[in-house]
Amino acid sequence: MKFGTSANQPMTIGQKLWQVNWSLIFFLIGLAIIGCAMLYSAGDANWDPWAKRQLIRFGIGLLLIIMVAITDIRIWLRYAYPLYFLVLGLLIAVDVIGVVGGGAQRWINLGIIQLQPSEIMKITLVLALAKFFHSRSLEEIVRPTMLIIPLLLLVAPVLLVLRQPDLGTAIILTMTAGVIFFLAGVRAWKFGLIIGSILASLPVAWTMLHPYQKNRILIFLDPESDPLGAGYHIMQSKIALGSGGIFGKGYLSGTQSHLNFLPEKQTDFIFTMLAEEFGMVGGLLLLAVYAIILIYSFAIALRIHNQFGRLVTLGISGTFFFYIFINIAMVMGLLPVVGIPLPMVSYGGTAMLSIMIGFGFIICSYVHRDIRIGRHGSEAND
Amino acid sequence: MYREDSARYKKFSRRALILGGGQIGLFGVLAGRMYQLQVLESNRYKTLADENRINLRLLPPPRGRILDSFGNPLATNRENYRVLLVAEQARDVSSTLTSLGELIFISERDKKRILEESIKRKSFVPITVRENLDWQNVSQIEVNAPDLPGVIIDVGQSRQYPLGENLSHLLGYVAPVSEKDKTIDRSRDPLLQLPGFKIGKSGVEKKLERRLRGVAGNSQLEVNAIGRVIRELSRQEGRPGDDVVLTIDALIQNLAIEKLKDKKSAAAVVMDINNGNIIALASVPGYDPNAFDVGFTKKKWEEISTDPLAPLINKAVSGLYAPGSTFKMIVALAALEHGVISPGQNVFCRGHVELGNTRFHCWKKHGHGLVNLHTALQQSCDTYFYEIAQRVGINKIAEMGYRFGLGKLTGIDLPNERGGLLPTSSWKKKRLGESWQKGETLVAGIGQGFVLTTPLQLAVMTARIASGKEIKPQIIHGFISNGKIEKIEKSTPRDLQISKVFRNLVMEGMDAVSNTPRGTGYRARIKDRGFEIAGKTGTVQVKRISKYERDTRVLKNKERPWIERDHALFVAFGPVKNPRYSVSVVVEHGGRGSAVAAPIARDILYEIFKREPLDKKKRQRMPGKIKSGRKI
Repeated sequence: MKFGTSANQPMTIGQKLWQVNWSLIFFLIGLAIIGCAMLYSAGDANWDPWAKRQLIRFGIGLLLIIMVAITDIRIWLRYAYPLYFLVLGLLIAVDVIGVVGGGAQRWINLGIIQLQPSEIMKITLVLALAKFFHSRSLEEIVRPTMLIIPLLLLVAPVLLVLRQPDLGTAIILTMTAGVIFFLAGVRAWKFGLIIGSILASLPVAWTMLHPYQKNRILIFLDPESDPLGAGYHIMQSKIALGSGGIFGKGYLSGTQSHLNFLPEKQTDFIFTMLAEEFGMVGGLLLLAVYAIILIYSFAIALRIHNQFGRLVTLGISGTFFFYIFINIAMVMGLLPVVGIPLPMVSYGGTAMLSIMIGFGFIICSYVHRDIRIGRHGSEAND
Repeated sequence: MYREDSARYKKFSRRALILGGGQIGLFGVLAGRMYQLQVLESNRYKTLADENRINLRLLPPPRGRILDSFGNPLATNRENYRVLLVAEQARDVSSTLTSLGELIFISERDKKRILEESIKRKSFVPITVRENLDWQNVSQIEVNAPDLPGVIIDVGQSRQYPLGENLSHLLGYVAPVSEKDKTIDRSRDPLLQLPGFKIGKSGVEKKLERRLRGVAGNSQLEVNAIGRVIRELSRQEGRPGDDVVLTIDALIQNLAIEKLKDKKSAAAVVMDINNGNIIALASVPGYDPNAFDVGFTKKKWEEISTDPLAPLINKAVSGLYAPGSTFKMIVALAALEHGVISPGQNVFCRGHVELGNTRFHCWKKHGHGLVNLHTALQQSCDTYFYEIAQRVGINKIAEMGYRFGLGKLTGIDLPNERGGLLPTSSWKKKRLGESWQKGETLVAGIGQGFVLTTPLQLAVMTARIASGKEIKPQIIHGFISNGKIEKIEKSTPRDLQISKVFRNLVMEGMDAVSNTPRGTGYRARIKDRGFEIAGKTGTVQVKRISKYERDTRVLKNKERPWIERDHALFVAFGPVKNPRYSVSVVVEHGGRGSAVAAPIARDILYEIFKREPLDKKKRQRMPGKIKSGRKI
């Protein structure tokens, strides 16, 4: 290839570091700075309790990105299934021994850190599905029976996550899987079939939802029906956004945020606070940074010479996209409130670390883009 | 293998482009929504955000004072020192209360209430510990302030009535707004919604509420989501309530109350004949209006409101009494005007008249002998008035009564005024469904039976007799608004169209009542030359005198139980030569008008004459003493 290394020759660590997509990391750092600035504001101009800890986590995240990126992609391919089942096991463990947090069982206490397996599942599901489709030819994928295994890979964690209950993560998992199915070449009409059957099963699903989830959807449909109750959050969020105007009220001067009319401003509603203090200009700037990162991932994906890396890259970037879209659409009242953070900006340890690990895999795919891998793990020889 | 991957890559790249396009599209949706919220609908949300954070706090204006016609304060505002406790600033509410309790008295009940409130309310909301502290307490707390975290001294305003009970009915009192008040008052004044805001509940305080209240100022405060005040954004001062200057003369009012005080239940009205100004309006028993502001105990309130002597009722305008013999002037004027009797015509009184089977008695058992108008008034001969009442008829008597202000509201600026009653044949038919009986005309002729009047009406009647003009009672002299005096415009009273000859005949009769030895009011005359008064006594039977009693002996008032004793009435004007004031006195179950009511009226008028010597210029009212400032 153009760089000194030949296609499948092992690279040294130095070569790998040289190959790391530093400009992508530069934009991730940019996101983290925006996030910390907003958390500093959310803490009423205090580094505690959020901004400082977020910064430390970001540092750890950067190390993880590099570690994941320079590990040979074939190792990740080999361990894709074991990792998936390990995390699936953790999800089951959460169900059994999980600590109740925020009304839902999401955390597992590992002594030093509290682990949220559902966050890690977003990565490992991508790895497992990418591995599955990597080892199938287009002709095989076209066969309907071939979809049974990947669907099972998806349904198992989704059901476990729904039991917690965490509708947001279940949606992200499903949509990410949909992206991988689509990119892998699953026929378009099958999506139609699945979407159709989902729509048909909505009434059944409705009865299975928790009351608070039903409530959230009802209030989403008409937030002003309950301005002081559960519709309060979304109303206040829209007021904050709208009153920000084009240029915003100024840093640390958001009245809605600082007088506590805005709920959860450090987590799910952090975009609202940004748009209140920096206006539409600030909101569009953040969207632009996200867009640049997404475009990067597409550019990377199209240059990768193995299916696994391609699927992982766009799978992860799809997850990233859904996070952004659902969160921002939610705070602007376009989607019901489902509890999805704004990636890299919202306060939250596991979510941030799992996204950064995800970017580790994207960069890993880029670093190892020229390695051609056979369908069964062997090196491709044409 | 490579070829196969190439096929997968082709599919992948095509679909990746579709996916990327979709993502760009969805980002576009987000940007569009941002544009909608932050540009198109921004103004609406800006307003909503301000409504969220800005809290309008009302600043209650100081209530206007009430002054007498010489500028003496009758109702003022006193600074009310309160101790408040802010729970979040106090390290420990109960221990702070304990140390505060060493300085001022705090009842166990209050302690319990404060502890409960400190849990229930938000921790930054001040809780009232005690109100109406005296200076000593205030300074003690101030000195110990460092040891009392969270304890604040706050100055509020409370209403004070320097004359207390003496003007309780006239001035009324203030008390917190009730739910009923909110529905009655249609001004939508935001002050009514203010917790603890006090409005006038009776008397002048109620009638002139709008003038006295003033206009609220406001302060715009920035608050957070739980209502804590962050800062004041702007402040707009309100307008203090206007001062009200009454026609009352505090000195005469005090005197009137003083004279009535030893009576169980009585009322007196003193009025200026020329302009209808009320100089004094007294009703006993009264109550302490200052106590309303501090707050009554439930027991005390029940005691007052169920007292059979009705201390809360202003008897001068709401008490209805048969006028008795004080009504005789009206009967006489009706008879004269309709020519049923001439002044010199005699009627023979033998102590009673017969009508059918009923015998109507004169108060003098053995009769007055021959009486004419003059002597009948002088000695209050009932027989004479039975006779002329019968001749002129009830409807003409009522008509004359109306012209003198009886039987209808006088329109005084006081709440709960009652109109009394002048019966007519059509009235009886309508109300009772019975036709008028002749005997009822006789009874009405001596001011008993259906006839009912208020003490105020009697004073108005007397003023109209003495002036011949349609005098209307006034209690408001003017207002002081923003330091500027604003006098009430008074229309010149119309002439009553009563022949001066007839009026003089009646006035001469009243002169004879007070100033001739045989007059019923002779013992209660003013002897000083030039200050003589002219009056008319009235003694109203409360209980019918039975045949048995008449045959044996009618019990003297003092021998009867209080509730069965006669009402004592007296109306008068004076001085005779140049009438300036009229007065009416009603003493419930007081006994005889001549012995009980007349001396009171005499004393009051005498005091006024002493206060305003006739040979000197009238003391100037209104200007002079009243300054724009709040203090006198």
